[in-house]
Amino acid sequence: MLSRRIIACLDVRDGRVVKGIRFRDHRDMGAIEDLALRYRNAGADELVFYDITASTQVRAVDVDWVRRVSDLLDIPFCVAGGIDSVERARAVLHAGADKISINTPALLRPHLVNELAGEFGSQCVVVGIDSLRDADGEWRVRSHTGDPSATQAHARRTLDWVVEAQQRGAGEIVVNCMGSDGVRGGYDIAQLRAVRAVCEVPLVASGGAGSCAHFVEVIQQADVDAALAASVFHSGAIAIPRLKTVLYANGIAVRHA
Amino acid sequence: MSSLVIIDAGGANLGSVRAAFQRLGVEPEVSRDPARIAAADRLVLPGVGAAAPVMANLRALGIDGFLRETRKPLLGICIGMQVLFERSDEGDVQGLGILRGEVRRLPMAEGIRLPHMGWNRLRKCMVSPLLDGITDAAYAYFVHSYGVIDSANTMLETRHGRAFAAAVTHGNVVGAQFHPERSSALGARFLRNFLEWQPT
Repeated sequence: MLSRRIIACLDVRDGRVVKGIRFRDHRDMGAIEDLALRYRNAGADELVFYDITASTQVRAVDVDWVRRVSDLLDIPFCVAGGIDSVERARAVLHAGADKISINTPALLRPHLVNELAGEFGSQCVVVGIDSLRDADGEWRVRSHTGDPSATQAHARRTLDWVVEAQQRGAGEIVVNCMGSDGVRGGYDIAQLRAVRAVCEVPLVASGGAGSCAHFVEVIQQADVDAALAASVFHSGAIAIPRLKTVLYANGIAVRHA
Repeated sequence: MSSLVIIDAGGANLGSVRAAFQRLGVEPEVSRDPARIAAADRLVLPGVGAAAPVMANLRALGIDGFLRETRKPLLGICIGMQVLFERSDEGDVQGLGILRGEVRRLPMAEGIRLPHMGWNRLRKCMVSPLLDGITDAAYAYFVHSYGVIDSANTMLETRHGRAFAAAVTHGNVVGAQFHPERSSALGARFLRNFLEWQPT
């Protein structure tokens, strides 16, 4: 039986892992390689490295650190941030990333998803979606979320985009629920359930993890394939081995490292 | 240590497969030169993406015939395993035909999503030195939508909707549908076993 995945997300800026509150006030967390190995040893099933400045500053990730991480890691990892062309994707994948995640560039030019899936296969094309509930009750997508002052609202409904991204060849969908992100009050179960109902590829929940119970809840109630978190892992509030033990005790298939 | 060549038939995971062997203290050569490939003591054929470009590259390099005939230990990973078989449904591609059987799209069902992506359990179906130190029900990392469902050469099996081959072996050939280079300690052990393997 396929296990549910626990994914640790590391924000990368200028070749270092940083921590900020809602993308502000960044603090240096350490070298990328050190943190990658720490999470691998703790039993993370997968890592996502997110270049938080890439999309807003119109530059793509530099691939040297991707190669260093790939040589070091023996678990899969995904790279996100500023990948807006087949050429950039190729550089990142050939440097050793197992998957690439695209967000703002896919919203600006949806055909990019088709191009990447056609060139590299759906299995390495992840579409990340930042989503927020509007005053009329609809969930809609946001772009350029790396910089709060640059974030843009779109008319596109989140559920429509989930369907379209799959039709275009996305092999995995990550939904970051901005309303619950950073608050540690739990994942947005209602939204993730709605996404799950239209998502036939693996679905990753993001935004809101504050306790082990939140992971149990989102897996059991929204049937997500994976749950992603950042700050609760970085701060030590949740230790991954303990999280895996709690998931297992709740009857959820997990890999013990 | 005998020489190890990773065959460059395209695909993006060449570097991560090479790094996995380097972590074991082995320095493989990545090559598309038929002479270098023919001179190797052991061969690895990685592959991600789809079967068609991998087969096209092997034919363009002129090594498809050599791979069918060699008696050297040969490890195919993911698509590199799939092309060991006779045919793939993905793009209706003729494979190397070293192993009997066909590659088919995995069936979807309620709660069974494709791609089959993540860590899944292995069940041993065979006794082999390739499985030394690998315990039943250990987890390996998979990412694929096509697989080999009925093979007489299944060495490890996994289940996603239904059972299919996680690894196969016959004669001098071994194939892994999972990614040993991304399967943590289990993957490292599997690769070490391959390096020490003396097919009979």
